[in-house]
Amino acid sequence: MEIKVLGPGCVNCNIMEQLAKTAVKELGIEAEIKKVSEIQEIMRYTMSTPGLVINGKLKHSGKPLPGLEKVKELIRAEV
Amino acid sequence: MSSKSTSEKKRERLQDYCTLGCFLSLLAKYTPPVPRNIAIDTHINLCLYINIEAGMLKEAASFITYDLFKLGHGSRLADAVAFFIYDTAKIFLLLSVIIFVVSVIRSYFSPERTKKILSHKKEFIGNILAALLGIVTPFCSCSAVPLFIGFVEAGVPLGVTFSFLISSPMINEVAVVLLWGLFGWKIAAIYMGTGLLVAIFSGFMIGKLRLEKWVEDYVYQIKTGGGQEVFNRAFRERLQYARWNTADILKRVWLFVIIAIGIGGFIHGYVPQDFLTRYAGNGNPFAVPIAVAIGVPLYSNAAGVIPIVYALMEKGLSMGTVLAFMMAVTALSLPEMIILRKVLKPRMLGVFVGIMTATIIAVGYLFNAIL
Repeated sequence: MEIKVLGPGCVNCNIMEQLAKTAVKELGIEAEIKKVSEIQEIMRYTMSTPGLVINGKLKHSGKPLPGLEKVKELIRAEV
Repeated sequence: MSSKSTSEKKRERLQDYCTLGCFLSLLAKYTPPVPRNIAIDTHINLCLYINIEAGMLKEAASFITYDLFKLGHGSRLADAVAFFIYDTAKIFLLLSVIIFVVSVIRSYFSPERTKKILSHKKEFIGNILAALLGIVTPFCSCSAVPLFIGFVEAGVPLGVTFSFLISSPMINEVAVVLLWGLFGWKIAAIYMGTGLLVAIFSGFMIGKLRLEKWVEDYVYQIKTGGGQEVFNRAFRERLQYARWNTADILKRVWLFVIIAIGIGGFIHGYVPQDFLTRYAGNGNPFAVPIAVAIGVPLYSNAAGVIPIVYALMEKGLSMGTVLAFMMAVTALSLPEMIILRKVLKPRMLGVFVGIMTATIIAVGYLFNAIL
């Protein structure tokens, strides 16, 4: 599984990355988490950061951030 | 959820009623009184309830002050403490309810939807819409660049995009509630109204100047195809988000709020009203530009600036000067300019700052003249 966290690097984007990492660890899933901070690449998915892309599909964008349980749910749905 | 016992359900419902009651009473307390002749039954009931509510809050404050802390009636320390406790309870109640309601509303306005509404809008109407949407569209300050590019790409006129970017950080629920709670609803309404005017007017001016060539060229080359569509949320989920968001915002602002009320309570109790007025502010014709010049490079969110605003007000600076300072702090800042520099050429950035500064100064003078 490939997970991308979209964000130029503000507090919320870092929180989103942490959420994704924790969720993957707690679910015990093999996944590669990539942080995407390049504008062109982010804009391919959304214009409101932070964004969460799982297997090429945009699953969350913007504020407010999803909770850990929600992130787990989104990841589980793509397994 | 179905496993809940009836008593539990009943308790939950009771809690909901209490929350609603608090909200209604606060709402009614801070809205202008309804004329007597249309004061029908419900209004009277509401008033009774409010009186009890406000009375309870006041009573609790005086109980803590005079009985718990054993402070003498009428002493300045006691006055300051009572004022502090009452205001803290009042403002946090207001904050929780309003942030919650605004969060629910905001969950319906994604930046994507706002972009769609604003694309190819006529200039003047577009500016007004953009400024209004700026209040309810949630976005993280770090999305300013992708948002700017997305708007431009979708055919939102440049000036309209700016109206949005200006109103969004300047007018938000925390700022309005704090102004409301500390200075009354009139000041809150004035701040909101003039904030909108500043956003509409500045954006309109930037649009009229036809500065598209001063936007960095790469902005026009990005072709995204609009990105992916975002998903609908169930109402229950929106409420969950709203609750989470309320807790999150309160966690970030509570300290500033307490400091603001503390400043108010302290100065209220101790410093005679005209003590500082004699030395600062009103008489100085350059008070407004000086306040704005100090405010522009400073950065703080609306909650952080309120304690300073309160202190300045109590020190006798006039309302217009203080509001102009607050707008300059929230709407213009060094970090924001650094972010915007990625999409704007330096000249364009200069024009943006110049127009904003001039408009804010004008608003300051206007209010000093009429208030």
